[in-house]
Amino acid sequence: MDVLRITTSGSVDDGKSTLIGRLLYDTKSIPQDKMEALHAASKRKGLDFTDLSLLTDGLIAEREQGITIDVAHIYFSTPNRKYIIADTPGHFEYTRNMVTGSSTAQVSLILIDARKGIVDQTYRHYFIANLLRIKHLVVCVNKMDLVDYAQERFDEIVEDFKQLTAQAAFKEQEVKFIPASSLYGENVVTRSEKISWYDGPTLLDYPEQIDFSHEGDALPARLPVQYVIRPKSEAFHDFRGFAGKIASGSFKVGDEIVSLPSQHRSKIKSIEKFETQLNEAHARDSVVITLEDEIDSSRGNILVKAGEEPQALKEITANVCWMDQTKLVAGKTYLLQHGINRVKAKVQGIQHVIEVTTHRQQDDVKELGLNDIGKITLKVASPIFADPYIQNPANGSFILVDEFSNSTVAVGFVE
Amino acid sequence: MNSIKWQFPRALEDEAIYILRETAAQFERPAILFSGGKDSITIVRLAQKAFYPGKIPFPLLHIDTGHNFPETIQFRDWLVESLGLELIVRNVQDSIDQGKVKEESGKYASRNALQTVTLLDAIEELKFDACIGGARRDEEKARAKERIFSVRDEFGQWNAKIQRPELFDMLNGKINIGENVRVFPISNWTELDVWNYIREEKLEIPSIYFSHEREIIERDGMYWPYSTFLNTTDEEKPFVSKVRFRTVGDMTCTAAVMSEADQLEDIIAEIMEAKISERGARIDDKRSEAAMEKRKQAGYF
Repeated sequence: MDVLRITTSGSVDDGKSTLIGRLLYDTKSIPQDKMEALHAASKRKGLDFTDLSLLTDGLIAEREQGITIDVAHIYFSTPNRKYIIADTPGHFEYTRNMVTGSSTAQVSLILIDARKGIVDQTYRHYFIANLLRIKHLVVCVNKMDLVDYAQERFDEIVEDFKQLTAQAAFKEQEVKFIPASSLYGENVVTRSEKISWYDGPTLLDYPEQIDFSHEGDALPARLPVQYVIRPKSEAFHDFRGFAGKIASGSFKVGDEIVSLPSQHRSKIKSIEKFETQLNEAHARDSVVITLEDEIDSSRGNILVKAGEEPQALKEITANVCWMDQTKLVAGKTYLLQHGINRVKAKVQGIQHVIEVTTHRQQDDVKELGLNDIGKITLKVASPIFADPYIQNPANGSFILVDEFSNSTVAVGFVE
Repeated sequence: MNSIKWQFPRALEDEAIYILRETAAQFERPAILFSGGKDSITIVRLAQKAFYPGKIPFPLLHIDTGHNFPETIQFRDWLVESLGLELIVRNVQDSIDQGKVKEESGKYASRNALQTVTLLDAIEELKFDACIGGARRDEEKARAKERIFSVRDEFGQWNAKIQRPELFDMLNGKINIGENVRVFPISNWTELDVWNYIREEKLEIPSIYFSHEREIIERDGMYWPYSTFLNTTDEEKPFVSKVRFRTVGDMTCTAAVMSEADQLEDIIAEIMEAKISERGARIDDKRSEAAMEKRKQAGYF
C-alpha cells in the first residue's frame, strides 16, 4: 500500500470544504462522534448546513475569526492507497502556504466555481503547481448543479484554462478537467448520472489510477548521508554504515559510487533495512549502505553513482518563495540547507519578482517580501551538489534559514 | 469495505526513520517521551530500525503521574530490559511534594494537566534539546496543525501562529539557547496505521489494549476504570465487565470500551467499524473544544 499526497486550495466559497468533507464522508473516514460534533457546532453558529471547515480549523484563533490560518492535514484511505490532503487557506499568507502544501504533493487539485470561471486565485494556484513541477493537476469545475450541469459551460472553462497551460513552462504536466458538484456528491466518489456527457474518471477515481511507484527511478541516484552508524559492538565490530533516505534514482549492490565532495570512490557492499538485506533500493527508501572500502564520508556528504555526478555549485541562480515577515535584502548572509546539508550563503542579487496572478516579471527590485516569488543569485561558502530543480526536484530544492532568528525564511528551486 | 484487510503503508516508516535520524544528527541531547502507550511503543520500534545495528541513541523519559495502569508500568520495564534501553523516570508526586503543582479535587480530579510541570522541569534538569513524541495529526484538530519539528520556548510553550514552514522533507532544528523542540515522527500516521504496523511488526503491547474483565463505573455515558485514584460518588457503583482500552493514559482520564476483542485482528476490525474517534475516549479532551491547544500552549506535548 502506498501513500499519495494531494494539495488542495481554492477561493472562499468555491466549495472546497464541502468537497473534502464529501471525500471523507463517502470513503467512511469520519467517525460518528466527529460528525455529530460538526452538526452541533454548525448549528451553534446559526448555519443550516454542516460546515466541514470546522473539522480542520482546529486553532482557537481560526474558530474565532472563522478563517483557516495554516496548512491542515487530512487523512483518508481506500483499499488501494492512503491519501494525505494538505489543505491550504485561500486568503491568508496564501502563496507561502500553497507552496508549503505543494512541496510534498504528487497531485494538485484546483477548484473552479462553474458560475465564476477562472479567477485571480486560479492563476496563482496554477503558477505555483507549475513552478513546483507537480506532475498531476486536477481542475475540478465545481458547483455544476448551479449551471444545470451544462456541458457548454464546462467546455468554456476548459478552453479558458487551456490558454493558461499553453504558456506554461512545465508542459509535461498532466491536466485533467473534471465536472462535479461536491454538494450533491456528483463525480466526487461516485459517477454522476446528471453529467452523462462526461465519461472520464471521478475526483477519487483519478488519483486512484495514478501509478507513481517507479516515478523517479530513471533519475540520477542520490543518497544524502544523514548519519554514520558505527555500533562498535562485539557482533558488528567493523561495521560502518551510511544511513539516509534515497532522494532520487536507485542503487544496487555492486554499483560503483562516488562520495561528494571528497570524490572518493567505492562499490556498494550491502543495502540494509533493519535486519533485511536488499539487492536494490529506490527513491524515498530509508536505508543503510555499506561500502567495499573504508572511505571518508560523513553527514552532509552525498553518495552518487559513478558517471552520474552532479556539478559542484559555488554560485546558484534560483527561484525563491519568500516566507518571512523580515524582507530579503541583497548582500545578506543566510544558512542554505540543501536536503540535510547546511552551508553559508550570501545573496548576490535579485533579478526579478514575478506577479503570480498575471505571471508578469518585474525587474529592478531591491527586496523580496512575504509571499513574493522571485529569482535571485547566491554565492555559497562551500559547493553544494544540487541538480537543476526541473530535472530532479528531490535534489534541486533548498531552504534558507535566518542565522539570527533561526526561522525558515525561504524555499528555493535551483535553476 | 470493512472486510478488506488493510496493509500498512511502508512509506510512512521510511519517513519516520528519516525524521529520527535527523533528530539524532541535529540535536545534542534528544529523548523519547515514553508513556507505555501504543504510539510510543511504535516510536521505540522505529528508533530501533533507524539505528540498527547500532543502539538507539536516545534515553526514554517517562513522566510518571503515579496514576498509571500497573500493566503499563510492567510493560515499560519489560521493554527497557529486553532492548537494553536507558530509562529515566520523573514523578508528578515529587512536583506535588515540592509545592510546584496542586492536586485537583472533586470527582473529575486528574493528574493529566500536572504532568506538564514535571515534564518541563525534567527537560530543564536533564538538558534535553529535543523530545520525541508519538502524537499524530489525526488525533485532534490542534495537533493537525503542528509541525514535525515543533519549536517550544523556554517555558515549553507552543505558539501556533509563528510556526516554521516545513518544505519538502527538509527539517530545520536550529534553536536558540533555552528553546527546545518536540519531534513527531508519526505525525502522518492514523490510528489504523499504528495498529496495522503493530500487527505487521508483531510488536508486544500492554495487555489492557485487549479485552479483559475489569471493575468499572459508568459516568457521563462513559466507562471509567475503577481504582483508588478515582474519586467516586455514592451512586457510582463499580461493576465487572469485559472491556478494553483504545488509548492508554492515566487511570483517571482514560475511558474503557465494552469489547470482546482479544486479538489484534479483532481490534483492527473494531476500530474500522467504530463509531467514536480515539480521543473520544479521552476524558481530558472533553473539558472544552480547545482543551488540547490550551494544554499545548502551556507546554504539554
